[in-house]
Amino acid sequence: MIKIENISKAFNGEQILSGINVTYDQGKTNLIIGASGSGKSVLTKCTVGLIKPDTGKVFYDDREFTSLDNKSRQEIRTEIGMLFQGNALFDSLTIEENVMFPLQMHTDMKSDEILERVNFCLERVQLTGVNHKYPAEISGGMQKRVALARAISMKPKYLFCDEPNSGLDPQTSIVIDQLISEITKEYGMTTIIVTHDMNSVMEIGEKVIFIHKGQKWWEGNSDSILTTTNQELSDFVFASSVMKRLVNKSNLSI
Amino acid sequence: MSLLSHIGKFSILIAKTFSKPEKMKIFWRQLMFEIDSLGIGSLGIISIISFFMGAVITIQTSSNIDSAFIPAYTVGFTVRQSMILEFAPTIIALILAGKVGSNIASEIGTMRVSEQIDALEIMGINSASYLILPKITAAMIINPFLVIISMFIGMAGGYIIAWGTGIVTTAEYIYGLEYDFKVFGVYYAIVKTVFFAFIITAIPSYYGYYTKGGSLAVGAASTKAVVTSSIVILLVNYVLTQLLLI
Repeated sequence: MIKIENISKAFNGEQILSGINVTYDQGKTNLIIGASGSGKSVLTKCTVGLIKPDTGKVFYDDREFTSLDNKSRQEIRTEIGMLFQGNALFDSLTIEENVMFPLQMHTDMKSDEILERVNFCLERVQLTGVNHKYPAEISGGMQKRVALARAISMKPKYLFCDEPNSGLDPQTSIVIDQLISEITKEYGMTTIIVTHDMNSVMEIGEKVIFIHKGQKWWEGNSDSILTTTNQELSDFVFASSVMKRLVNKSNLSI
Repeated sequence: MSLLSHIGKFSILIAKTFSKPEKMKIFWRQLMFEIDSLGIGSLGIISIISFFMGAVITIQTSSNIDSAFIPAYTVGFTVRQSMILEFAPTIIALILAGKVGSNIASEIGTMRVSEQIDALEIMGINSASYLILPKITAAMIINPFLVIISMFIGMAGGYIIAWGTGIVTTAEYIYGLEYDFKVFGVYYAIVKTVFFAFIITAIPSYYGYYTKGGSLAVGAASTKAVVTSSIVILLVNYVLTQLLLI
């Protein structure tokens, strides 16, 4: 479980986040949705410590993260896996080396054990036969899967995914969503997904948090989102004509 | 950004860089890679430049000696002194600031804008130490050897020109190379080289590490890195020369 208390952040006098309180549940896929520029990525970066919030606290299973020194913070970070929007694979390393990197840095496993774990992770994300290729030699969807394999290689307690479907076709997006959802259940992780893909929200949104103008505007799940009376959320969700048609077919009122 | 702010940020980065590596095995692997990449990879350009520096100094010195009171071996003596005291350490450092400096700034800058550095941090790895420390250490180890090689190639370049053109006899050239040789000159060159090695790796790493934006920003960081490193090399060269030779 990750608990966020009263997080605020301003850049050059512009308030990006204002007093956000959220709890991300363990074993669930927690989705953060919101329009571009709403502050959801900044919230995630504050949560993992890539940006220092102006006020507020972040708790990882009751361990206060924001006030920790660098060393203690790095210990918690070994329990975090993150899937970046642009994948952030190390382009000078092969796929195999990318996935084994955290294991080499943080464990005392022998090389054959590491290789076994790497192959397991790659198979888990349905990737085989690409071990010795470089990230530039595989497709965007495959890169996403490699990034996911790397993120889970250390069996993390917490998984952060920043727009995991960006740049992917709808079919591949569904595969990635399902993989994240399945792996979350398997490892009992606290998974946080930043997205504005409504398909993902409907498919895997066990807990959905809507960020608007730097504030938590709404919280619920993928079922309650369709019947929301919140105007801003409604405008965001039903901006897509596909969603409108879906709701009309279900005879729900917008 | 003010100069003071740059110095502050640079100091913080260097303090973060010089911390114990997480895994010594990985550090050694990185170090060997950087020694090969930054050092051995620069051997070709250093050889070419040194050869022609020695050749040109030989021709220029020889053509400027008109007086019968100045012995012919002055040519060899001038080549040796120029190569050891200034050309090998300083000119090679300026060349490497361009070649190695732009490479480091763009490599680390690209890693920054493509979130690879963020990925390292999220994995609980000290990104500055992992990326920068092997580069600085490698340059400080390998560059003195490169400079010594440069000295020899420069003097060999002068010898070949002397032999090929006959502007000075090879015997006189060799005598000049050996005349009044003081080993302190070589120590002085090596001390300078170690300082320059730090400059040409640490400053580009700083510009790369704090790159913000996209590919344009990476290009700008690379240019700034080369310009700043070159200026700092010249400043430090002056200070060290004053401290060590006067």
